[in-house]
Amino acid sequence: MSIVTPGFHGRGRPAADLPPGQYLTEDFPVLSAGPTPRVPTGSWTFTVTTETGREYRWTWAELLALPAETVTVDLHCVTKWSKLRTTWRGVPLDTLLADVETAADFAVAESYGGYTTNLPLADLLDGQAWIAYSYEGEDLTAEHGGPARLLVPHLYLWKSAKWVSGIRLSHDDEPGFWETLGYHEYGDPWREQRYQGD
Amino acid sequence: MAGGTVRRLAWRVATLVDGTPETASARTMTFHVPDWPGHLAGQHVDLRLTAEDGYQAQRSYSLAAPADADRITLTIQRVPDGEVSPYLTDTMKPGDPVEVRGPVGGWFVWRPDSTAPVLLVAGGSGVVPLAAMIRARRAAGSRVPFRLLYSVRTPADRYYSADLAGPLDGVDVTYAYTRAVPDGWPRPPGRIGVADVNTHGWPADLAPECFVCGPTGFVEAVADILVALGHDPRRIKTERFGPTGG
Amino acid sequence: MTHTYVDGNALAGPLADLFAVDLTTAVLRCAGCGRTGPLAGLHVYQKAPGLVARCPGCQAVMVRLARTPTRVHLDLHGTLALAVSLPS
Repeated sequence: MSIVTPGFHGRGRPAADLPPGQYLTEDFPVLSAGPTPRVPTGSWTFTVTTETGREYRWTWAELLALPAETVTVDLHCVTKWSKLRTTWRGVPLDTLLADVETAADFAVAESYGGYTTNLPLADLLDGQAWIAYSYEGEDLTAEHGGPARLLVPHLYLWKSAKWVSGIRLSHDDEPGFWETLGYHEYGDPWREQRYQGD
Repeated sequence: MAGGTVRRLAWRVATLVDGTPETASARTMTFHVPDWPGHLAGQHVDLRLTAEDGYQAQRSYSLAAPADADRITLTIQRVPDGEVSPYLTDTMKPGDPVEVRGPVGGWFVWRPDSTAPVLLVAGGSGVVPLAAMIRARRAAGSRVPFRLLYSVRTPADRYYSADLAGPLDGVDVTYAYTRAVPDGWPRPPGRIGVADVNTHGWPADLAPECFVCGPTGFVEAVADILVALGHDPRRIKTERFGPTGG
Repeated sequence: MTHTYVDGNALAGPLADLFAVDLTTAVLRCAGCGRTGPLAGLHVYQKAPGLVARCPGCQAVMVRLARTPTRVHLDLHGTLALAVSLPS
């Protein structure tokens, strides 16, 4: 339907090693659906709540005391930009969930500021997800989700909740902020699961 | 659709007719849009650009002047490292097509039958829809008194200098430079403050319609000043442009 | 980077995909704090997968709009009431 505007290329560059429909970007676009929360690390906590209501909580100091990993991963945003080889440091969810007793299949990541996103619990385990607090060797800035964000790079980036405050475990898959507005419940970029029904 | 009563706004193909430099970093562009329905001063259009590989980008721009039959005018400020604006200001040639949807927005508009005095406060390229209001006033032969307070970095960054230079019967134009001023200019460079708005705006008693357009931070500051000076918040209409990626 | 929003005017085009009347002049009541005002006065965050319009008073989400290739999703659950002036 759309007509081509000659000479317009946009910033995006298709690249062979990207998921379908994605364009390469070199900068790091800042997406936000609300005011940027400013969470002092002194009052920051991260809480895992099980399906029975049991809570496991970490303070900022306790999070930093846990063994961390440095990972280099590709990011794929549903708005069609991809950024390759980004380096993060954070605590694997495997570590945080190791002693949590649960029979849940699903998780909802919750954020300071009210954002939520849902994903299967299995996608937070086995070295696939981190609570990341450093980006490219620097403290994670508030605009990119600091002091800490969820990092689940094998799914579209809206699943990597910025300003994460906790993970709520559940037997049911509860759609989050974008999932209730037509976005895919799972969001695998390699299968181009952008929207419901993809 | 059966009945045909629903009129959705369609994308139309607009063709660039003419582009002239407005400043070193801005270009005023006239497009031909077949069957353009006309518009009110202050309304905007959405532009959609499609690259050969299917990549699309969309941006909103204010209309700069009343429609001239099927021709509409925009002024585009080049955003350094922007994705769309450098194409529009530097690359697009007369005859090139782009998709346009509009006019849209019925809130930030000035209607020629309005009788209240008007205060326009512009920050940088935020002058575009406000200049459209001044031009619509002239086109309609309106006698409503207008005041424009225009915050801009330097004299060279002013849009529409010839148009706004006057004499404009019933339109007072005041410049507030933020970075550099002409020789002998009485006001030192700086952001718009309470004194500027108090001196060059209208007293709140006159119940003017206030239109404020500019970057989000600018609009926030000016709207706060107007409220502090006693203006009814319901008579302060704002149009912010945020970090759109240019 | 605290000023990342624009006005509700930015919803005019996307809403014109759905409605024959201009909703930016419609008056909405916030379900969070009860404040009323025009849609054009909401704070709109547009650098996101969809458009998110928040109450300028309490920042609660009042309107969300997302477009997929085949659907438009509109969420108004943060809006208690909406009044539209009819053309005279």
